[in-house]
Amino acid sequence: MSASASSVTARPAKPVRSAQEIRRVVTSKIGWIACGLALALVIGPLLDIVWVVAYNGASAFSPKLFTSSTPPAGVGLWNAIEGTFVISFLAMAVAVPIGVGAGIYLSEYGNNKLGNTIRFLSDVLTGTPSIVLGYFSYIVLVGGLGWGLAAPAGAVTIAILVVPYLARITELALRQVPVAMREAGFALGASEPTVVFKIILPGALSGVLTGALLALAISVGETAPLIYTAGFSSFPLDLANPVHSILHSQIGYLTYVIWSFIEQPDAASHALAFAAAFLVMLFVLAINIGVRLAVRRK
Amino acid sequence: MQIKPFRLSLLGLSLLIPAALCAVVLFLLIFSAQAIGFNGFGFITRVIWNLGDLYGDPVTVRGVLVPNGANYGIAVFIVGTLLSSAIAILIAVPLSVGAAIFLAEAVPQKIRPALSMLVELVAVVPSVVFGLWGIAVLVPFIGTMLGPVISKYLGFIPFFAGGDSGGGYGLLAASVVLALMITPIIATTLLDALLQVPKENRESAFALGATHFEVVSKAMMPMVRTTLIGGIVLALGRALGETMAVLMVSGGGLNILPNSIFSPISTIASFIVSQLDSAEGDPTNMAVRSLAEIALVLFIITLLTNAGAKLLTSGGLHVGKRK
Repeated sequence: MSASASSVTARPAKPVRSAQEIRRVVTSKIGWIACGLALALVIGPLLDIVWVVAYNGASAFSPKLFTSSTPPAGVGLWNAIEGTFVISFLAMAVAVPIGVGAGIYLSEYGNNKLGNTIRFLSDVLTGTPSIVLGYFSYIVLVGGLGWGLAAPAGAVTIAILVVPYLARITELALRQVPVAMREAGFALGASEPTVVFKIILPGALSGVLTGALLALAISVGETAPLIYTAGFSSFPLDLANPVHSILHSQIGYLTYVIWSFIEQPDAASHALAFAAAFLVMLFVLAINIGVRLAVRRK
Repeated sequence: MQIKPFRLSLLGLSLLIPAALCAVVLFLLIFSAQAIGFNGFGFITRVIWNLGDLYGDPVTVRGVLVPNGANYGIAVFIVGTLLSSAIAILIAVPLSVGAAIFLAEAVPQKIRPALSMLVELVAVVPSVVFGLWGIAVLVPFIGTMLGPVISKYLGFIPFFAGGDSGGGYGLLAASVVLALMITPIIATTLLDALLQVPKENRESAFALGATHFEVVSKAMMPMVRTTLIGGIVLALGRALGETMAVLMVSGGGLNILPNSIFSPISTIASFIVSQLDSAEGDPTNMAVRSLAEIALVLFIITLLTNAGAKLLTSGGLHVGKRK
């Protein structure tokens, strides 16, 4: 005890730093400041985007947005909200069964050359620019097969875009389910479909739902692949004949409103563009933040 | 071998993915075959994009019917694409490296998840919203403040002259928007890698008397270099194919190569969107076919880039998770 006490009192004065040491410490300080600034420059624009869109979007907000259609048909966004809903719903109806099915195959039976090939080509499809997919649909679906500019061509294009994501996320989610659970199922005499649908899928349900929600967020935010597949219409669906209207006429969607109305000269159009951006951002951010918080909590 | 209908149907579903990819490539090839023959190799080196006389009688050139005077060249768009992506990478790399280092080492463990989530959220903002923000905030900022300052103080460098032309729309605006869009890709890749550097490596660097920043920059960064490069190439692939945001802020340059960072440009992707309307007016369909050939060129460029990223990351660093 006394030895340590005396060593404290006898501690020598703080050593003087050499010039080289000072240089190193100063360089490190500058380095940290630069890194902090970099982080601020990455997050800052995001906050500014959210602020600009929320501020302008909120000031353009009125009940008319949900009751009236885009100019020249009206002064609101109803046709675009409705169209975004229809296109995303159709896209999910096509993409979820295919993506989840592919994910099940890759996770359960895909540990071979064929599985690896599918995985590789799926990655290639993920990396393909959305406008290339849009152009493909334009020449094949809209022109070649004669579907015309309408929701089905747009929805199939979006489906091609999100299926690889869905397959990948489903595969990762299913791989989290312990092998022992599969073995227990088979030991009880369950068939392959029973094991997949009654044991594995319920066990990985939250992961599969996550994938579907993220895919939905992507489909709501896409623009480029829709312009020459879904077209655009300022009029809402013909409620007297909704199926025919969805299958055969051009359809509005929110992202198109953002793109085309911000380039108009008048303030009313700009307000509509911001209001549309506000709705899209609200939806996309809500899904992404919600999914991330839910995943983190587990 | 026993036939298992359940497996086969799942296999059928998953084969739809490669089938879609093959269909995209095949039909773009078939559709643009005539254009490929007509345009030849000069397609990628010619500067002029001219639809020709769409209202006059078409003429037969090299065995195909085209509008009189039609001449398709995409050098401007290839240069625009590569240049805007390259500048975006130059801006994005220091930003994302700094942000990732700060997140991995300087931020308290408690708020790291929140901050890294914010960085991830940048990646989910739709392209068209980036474009909207570009028009509302970035373009006026470049047009009235950044542009004049750059051309005043850096104007002696040839490529930086000519500040206020276009009022802010152009190469610089497109590059900045692209840079913002791809920083989260590089930053999250690097952050994951930094968090996986073994504790022992950090501790031995500390034990040698290195400052905290030296530990990061001299001991940890070299270990994650491969992953970083893979992330950068992946981000490049994304930047090359980006459409809406670039279309909205790039100024849509045609028929002239950019000669300063303020020049209006078009990228391949943005050009396809902006020109399909006029191309549809071509009775011989050659313009629409040439656009398909452009889409094919873009597909090949991004395919090569992504393949490069894949090669780099598959040989990447495999280290244990840091406790």
